[in-house]
Amino acid sequence: MSQFKLNDEQLEQAFQARIDAEQKIEPKDWMPETYRKNLIRQMSQHAHSEVIGMQPEGNWISRAPTLRRKMVLLAKVQDEGGHALYLYSATETLGVTREELIEALHEGRAKYASIFNYPSLSWADIGAIGWLVDGAAIVNQITLQRTSYGPYARAMVRICKEESFHQRQGYESLMVLAFGSPEQKAMAQDALNRWWWPALMMFGPHDGESAHSAQSMKWKIKRKSNDELRQAFIDQSMPQIEFLGLKVPDPDMKWNDERGSYDHGELDWDEFQRVINGDGPCNRDRIEHHKKAHAEGAWVRDALRAYEGKKRQRLAA
Amino acid sequence: MSSDEKLKLFEVFVRSKRGLDHKHVGSLHAEDAEQALEYARDCYTRRSEGVSLWVVNSSDIVASQEEDAESFYDPMDDKPYRHATHYQLPDAVNNM
Repeated sequence: MSQFKLNDEQLEQAFQARIDAEQKIEPKDWMPETYRKNLIRQMSQHAHSEVIGMQPEGNWISRAPTLRRKMVLLAKVQDEGGHALYLYSATETLGVTREELIEALHEGRAKYASIFNYPSLSWADIGAIGWLVDGAAIVNQITLQRTSYGPYARAMVRICKEESFHQRQGYESLMVLAFGSPEQKAMAQDALNRWWWPALMMFGPHDGESAHSAQSMKWKIKRKSNDELRQAFIDQSMPQIEFLGLKVPDPDMKWNDERGSYDHGELDWDEFQRVINGDGPCNRDRIEHHKKAHAEGAWVRDALRAYEGKKRQRLAA
Repeated sequence: MSSDEKLKLFEVFVRSKRGLDHKHVGSLHAEDAEQALEYARDCYTRRSEGVSLWVVNSSDIVASQEEDAESFYDPMDDKPYRHATHYQLPDAVNNM
C-alpha cells in the first residue's frame, strides 16, 4: 500500500536510526521482515499468556471463600481477557489475522508463559498468582511501555494501569492467610513454595542463552535483559515475603551488601525446558481446554454473522 | 451551493508525535478520501502539528448516545474493587 523511495539497505538504516533515536515504529512504516516476525512472535505469545492465564484462576471463581473475593477474582479474570484483546489487536496491525494466531497456539507453534502450566491447587494459590505472577509480569511490562513498536507500547501503558490492582488484591488476600490460623499460614507458605521458582522462570533463560534477546534489544523490542528483570523482581519481592512472615524457598537467598541486591540460588533449568517443551503438569489440559472453549463458542460467531447477514438483507429489501 | 452539499464530510485525526495515538482534531468536506487527506494537511497541520494524518468518512463513525450513558456506564460505578486504591496495604509493602 505504501510507496517507498529508498532501497532496502537505506530503509533498514533509516529504520535503525529511528529506533536509536528512541522514536516509535508505527504500523504503516517500513520495517525489516525479521522485526515484524519477531514482534508477532513476542506479542502473540504475550496475548496467548493472558488468555491461558485465565484458566488457573477461573478454576477458583466458583469456590472463592467470600462473595467479595469472588467479585474481585471475576473482575481480574475479565481484565485478563481484555488484555489479551488489546494485545491480539495490536499484533494484527502487523498483518496477521486472529485466526492464524489462534491456530498457531492450538498447533503448538506459538508459546505462552510457562507458569500457566502449573495447577492452582488451593485458594492460597490465587493470592500467590496475583502477587507473584502478576507482580513478575508487571516488572516486565513496565519496561515494555517503552518498546519500539507503537501499538505494543500503547497497549502496555493501558495494561500496566489496570494490572496494579491484580497484584494488590493477591497480596491482600495472602495477608489474610499469613496472619490467620496456623493452617492458613501453612497454606500461604505452601503456595509460595510452589509458585516462587516458576515465577522466576517467567523471565526466561539466562541472557547468554536467550535465543531472541540480542536482536530484540538492538531493535528495542525488549528494553531490559532477562536476568536484570529477574533480579529486580527478587529484590522487590523479598521484603514482601518477610512482611508476611513467610520463608522464601531458596536456601541460597542472601542479601549482598556490595551489590545492593540479593544473591539467589540457581533455577532448575531442566524443569524450565520440560515445561516450555510441553511436559509441564498442565500443558495438555490448557490447550485442550482452549480448543474446547473455542469450538463451543463457534455457534456465537456463527450467530453474529447470521444476524449481520439478516440485517443487511432487510436493509436491501 | 448545491454542488457543495454533495461533498462528503470527513473526520480528521492527527498523530502529533510518533508513539502517540491519533487524536481527533476536526472535520472537513472533500470529494474523496485522497483529497480529504490533502485538505486536512492544508487545514490542520499548517504549523507542523503532526507526523501522520487519518481521515475517516464521518458517516462511518458509530457513536454511543449521551442518553444511553446510564445503562452504558452505571454498572461500573459499584465496582470500586477494580481500582488499585481499593486495596489497603501496610506502608512497609505499599509501593506495589
